[in-house]
Amino acid sequence: MAALLEASNLEAYYGWSKVLHGLRFAVEKDKVTVVLGANGAGKTTLLRAISGMIRTGGEIRFAGERIDGQAPEDIVRRGIAHVPEGRGTFINLTVEENLRLGAYVRKDKTGIREDLDRVFHFFPVLKEKSRNPAGVLSGGEQQMLALARGLMLRPRLLLLDEPSLGLAPVLVMELFRIVRAINESEGVTVLLVEQDAVAALELAHQAYLLETGSIVTSGPAAELRENDSIRRSYLGY
Amino acid sequence: MAALLQQIVSGLSTGGVYASLALALVLIYQATGVVNFAQGEMAMFTTYLAWTMINAGWPYWAAFAATLAIAFAAGVLIERVIIRPVENAPVLTIVMVSIGLLTIFNSIAGWIYTYTVKPFPSPFPSTPINLGPTTISLQDLGVGGVSLFVLVVMYVFFRHTTLGLAMRAVVENPVGSRLVGIRVGWMLALGWGLASLVGAVAGMLVAPLVFLEPNMMSGILIYAFASATLGGFNSAGGAVLGGFLMGVIENLVGTYVTFIGTELKLTVALAVILLTLLIKPTGLFGRVAVSRV
Repeated sequence: MAALLEASNLEAYYGWSKVLHGLRFAVEKDKVTVVLGANGAGKTTLLRAISGMIRTGGEIRFAGERIDGQAPEDIVRRGIAHVPEGRGTFINLTVEENLRLGAYVRKDKTGIREDLDRVFHFFPVLKEKSRNPAGVLSGGEQQMLALARGLMLRPRLLLLDEPSLGLAPVLVMELFRIVRAINESEGVTVLLVEQDAVAALELAHQAYLLETGSIVTSGPAAELRENDSIRRSYLGY
Repeated sequence: MAALLQQIVSGLSTGGVYASLALALVLIYQATGVVNFAQGEMAMFTTYLAWTMINAGWPYWAAFAATLAIAFAAGVLIERVIIRPVENAPVLTIVMVSIGLLTIFNSIAGWIYTYTVKPFPSPFPSTPINLGPTTISLQDLGVGGVSLFVLVVMYVFFRHTTLGLAMRAVVENPVGSRLVGIRVGWMLALGWGLASLVGAVAGMLVAPLVFLEPNMMSGILIYAFASATLGGFNSAGGAVLGGFLMGVIENLVGTYVTFIGTELKLTVALAVILLTLLIKPTGLFGRVAVSRV
């Protein structure tokens, strides 16, 4: 199995303090990979390291080429869409403008129009509210907008930062169902970081467990679901 | 009644100049959170360049277009070379840099062109034309028309082009903008370029009225500040409307409040600033800034 994204000895810093301590992980092509961890484990940092938002050490390879040390705007151009935590939509711009920004680096006008219809098909509520400012959407709708904006890049790799944050469980199920559909029907590889282990392990093929900046366990998601210690600390049954 | 209408119409004409310069201020304020005090002097300097070209025998509109191109390029260059190194510095530092630019442009203009007042040609004749109960000079109509045209072009650019959309995105959320691939630094430079261009339009339009000299924009800049404050510093449309309003207010107060006359004209602008800040600090169309934490 080919890895689309590979990190080895990955370190990340905020100022002088090191938050990721030499991680090694791989995201397999066409699969959903999840990184589980509690608050402060370094999940968001890990995604920021990949998309070039913070200073890193070690090596990150995407489709075989090194991308560590590159600027976020160049990493996007390689086809990595980062859907940030807290949604990160442009609240004063309309829903449609947000989506168009997602396709900012693309030049194929007809493709962009097709994709706009495609995400409206996935998220009908966004079509209804396409002329409204993103700020008036509900939390769930904003999360959908953030995800849809990521898709507008027609990404090869989608980075999702805690999409379940602040959403009702039924919405989380809905959102994850869409992520799976996108992964299966569109062939988009997904790297998800999550606290909601039950839902995430249901969705993912491969899983990593992150604790205070280090990976402590990894394996197929199905195996981790059966692992006793993980069940006790993360799944709660 | 006809006299009142007359004052309003001619106020709208100068208002176009205030609106243009106010828009220039707001463009930079929104992108960087800093008021560019050098905006007026940049406009003055580019107007001198236009004067040089016209004196060298260029047709007016050719000089006009060339000046806009130079103004745009100079704005971009100033941002890249002078503002960029202090981009992340405290607001006060950037304000000091802009005041430094003001002094530099003023002195260089004085050094090259001297402080002697020069006439600047107007492309519009001062022939009056009748519009129902009021008359308006072609000069007023031209000034108002050109500034309105530039403002409409800016509106279309920001509303209906991808680049304009990207610039609005940067204003709102620079980090999110980088994540969708927008080169934030260049958008800021583009903002300076456009502001400088719009300012140059204001300078060239107002120069025939106030005559060309290194300090010609100082009063206009204060009126532009008043316009932006009145309309709202974080609303481009509001600032433009504020500009037209200021033009009308200036004329009406000058005509009907006799003791103000021409000597106290600047006081009107300062009074508008003060009253706006006291009654509605965000301006007529400004939003209260909300930051997500």
